[in-house]
Amino acid sequence: MGEEFSLEHRFQAYIDAENKIEPKDWMPENYRKTIVRQMSQHAHSEVVGMLPEANWITRAPSLRSKLILLAKVQDEGGHGLYLYSAAETLGVSREQMIDDLLQGKAKYSSIFNYPTLNWADMGAIGWLVDGAAIANQVMLCRTSYGPYARAMVRICKEESFHQRQGYEIMMHMAAGTPEQKAMAQDALNRWWWPALMMFGPADAASPNTAQSMAWKIKRKTNDELRQEFVDKTVPQATFIGLTVPDSHLKWNEVTGHYDFGPIDWEEFTQVVKGNGPCNKERLAARNKAHQEGQWVRDAATAFAKKQQARAAAPVSATNPSAA
Amino acid sequence: MTQPDTWPLWEVFVRSKNGLAHKHSGSLHAPDAETALKSARDVYTRRSEGISIWVLPSSSIVASSPDEKEPLFAPSDDKPYRHPTFYDIPDEVGHM
Amino acid sequence: MKLDTCDLAAYATMRADDVLILGQRLSAWCGHGPVLEQDIALTNIALDLIGQARAYYQLAAHGSSDGQTEDTLAYLRDAHEFKNHLLVELPNGHWGDTLMRQFLFDTYNFYLLEALTKSSAPELSGLAAKAIKEVSYHAQYSAEWVIRLGDGTEESHSRMQSALDILWPYTDELFEDTSLDVAVHALQVGPLPSALRADWLAKVSEVLQMATLTVPSLDGYHQRGGLHGKHTEHLGILLAEMQFLPRAYPTAQW
Repeated sequence: MGEEFSLEHRFQAYIDAENKIEPKDWMPENYRKTIVRQMSQHAHSEVVGMLPEANWITRAPSLRSKLILLAKVQDEGGHGLYLYSAAETLGVSREQMIDDLLQGKAKYSSIFNYPTLNWADMGAIGWLVDGAAIANQVMLCRTSYGPYARAMVRICKEESFHQRQGYEIMMHMAAGTPEQKAMAQDALNRWWWPALMMFGPADAASPNTAQSMAWKIKRKTNDELRQEFVDKTVPQATFIGLTVPDSHLKWNEVTGHYDFGPIDWEEFTQVVKGNGPCNKERLAARNKAHQEGQWVRDAATAFAKKQQARAAAPVSATNPSAA
Repeated sequence: MTQPDTWPLWEVFVRSKNGLAHKHSGSLHAPDAETALKSARDVYTRRSEGISIWVLPSSSIVASSPDEKEPLFAPSDDKPYRHPTFYDIPDEVGHM
Repeated sequence: MKLDTCDLAAYATMRADDVLILGQRLSAWCGHGPVLEQDIALTNIALDLIGQARAYYQLAAHGSSDGQTEDTLAYLRDAHEFKNHLLVELPNGHWGDTLMRQFLFDTYNFYLLEALTKSSAPELSGLAAKAIKEVSYHAQYSAEWVIRLGDGTEESHSRMQSALDILWPYTDELFEDTSLDVAVHALQVGPLPSALRADWLAKVSEVLQMATLTVPSLDGYHQRGGLHGKHTEHLGILLAEMQFLPRAYPTAQW
């Protein structure tokens, strides 16, 4: 007990000195659990997050925009893969994590349970959803678990184009025909509040925040990140002539920040619980892909085994090279 | 629902350009070495990050293990003479 | 004698139609593949093909006098104006169907591009030199998967055999010489498709044999018509989806 206590102390001191934890280092069981949970949730979010955008790949309105969207959704798959890999360094298999997702036991970011209803949603997702995600991800590049931090550095580098391409779509549509501008405003209206919810519950209602901050898994609180996002995004909306759907939104000279209206946490809770507009469809799509891929994965495994057996088989006597 | 026969894990090392060592990029799942190599190209060099790739089964890596009683929490600072800053050289000498 | 710019544009458009339609098909897999690594791999191929389509369409639009662009060519023509082979417009089916279709097409595309690298039209030979690097990888990738799945489990074997049997009647069209091909060939701008058949068949047979699959008989009845704008029912639906936005909002720029 005493020894464990002192280990935990030294672990904390080690982290306080800005050192990274690597897979084989000793770590408190709770740290391991927290990290695995967070990395797998993050990976699931990337993979489920492919779906709302993939919904528009076949309908992208120009060849250029089709290529960009395709590359972006593909990147998200890559990011899911990096994160599953990082989680696997702690001994949990991807298969296990995916099973948890498919059975509805694992969480992923609620934002992906909202539908993509018009082309401007591709802009809004890049601008707002990726924008919110990037705020979080930049912080995670310095997270204390080494493999997670390294995966995040790679992801942040690749994501840098995502938000810009989203804003470009919004900018273009806001300056386009009246129909296009209406689509852009409609997309902003629908994605604004869910994007703010992405930062998670208010600090007062977030029981895990304190420990995660102490362990330097997180570096900023949910509310801090949310405020930064609002401060940065509101002028971007104004710049392209779109209106943020919040009547309480006001610049506060005293704090130097925007004040914004109350978030509908009941909606957030419902979506987390599985009652969002697309929860069932998203999980069904992942399950379908997984089930329909089973025979492919099995066949590849069987083929690899056959190949191994063939390579190990004794060389035929008629083979001249065997002499 | 556990699958006994899932694709094994492979570690991917990429050489970004000639003259540099292969550097660990991450890992992936593949049924065999050939597929692992192709997937490594598809997954880890989407932005022309490399010109040469190594893959090897993760299970074949032998890793050193930090001592649990004396975790590697103390950085190995006991050989300062291995570091250039250990030596006092007057600024006038210039960069060395 | 010099090739009419109209003919070159028509030829480039024909080449573009194949890779655009196939790229569009493959892009529908993104996010739905059997495993992340392969989802990413197939999307790379989709990206390459759509990229090639853009290059061909730009070449075609460059020679046009009526203000065509890559996007008007892709988005504002109706099914009968598309000159792609029927093979590429067939639905994705399961992963094995998609990979078999890919293998049959990639192998053809490889030999086609190989010939086009020697084209007397520098725009085409340059385009082909770049594209063939991508397509050699595609052809290798799809061949390996055909072998892996053909020689995998009993289930995968039978799925692949039936994929092959269904797709085979659409392969003969790949080697049909249209009058445009003949005109283009006369000026050493492009090959006669019929001249690509022997190499294609040798390669395809070799891979299918390694995959333990039975090559269907060559003298069965073959489907054709795509090169003349007579398509399957699938193309119209594919285009309706792909072209929806520019058609619904004709004055908008994207």
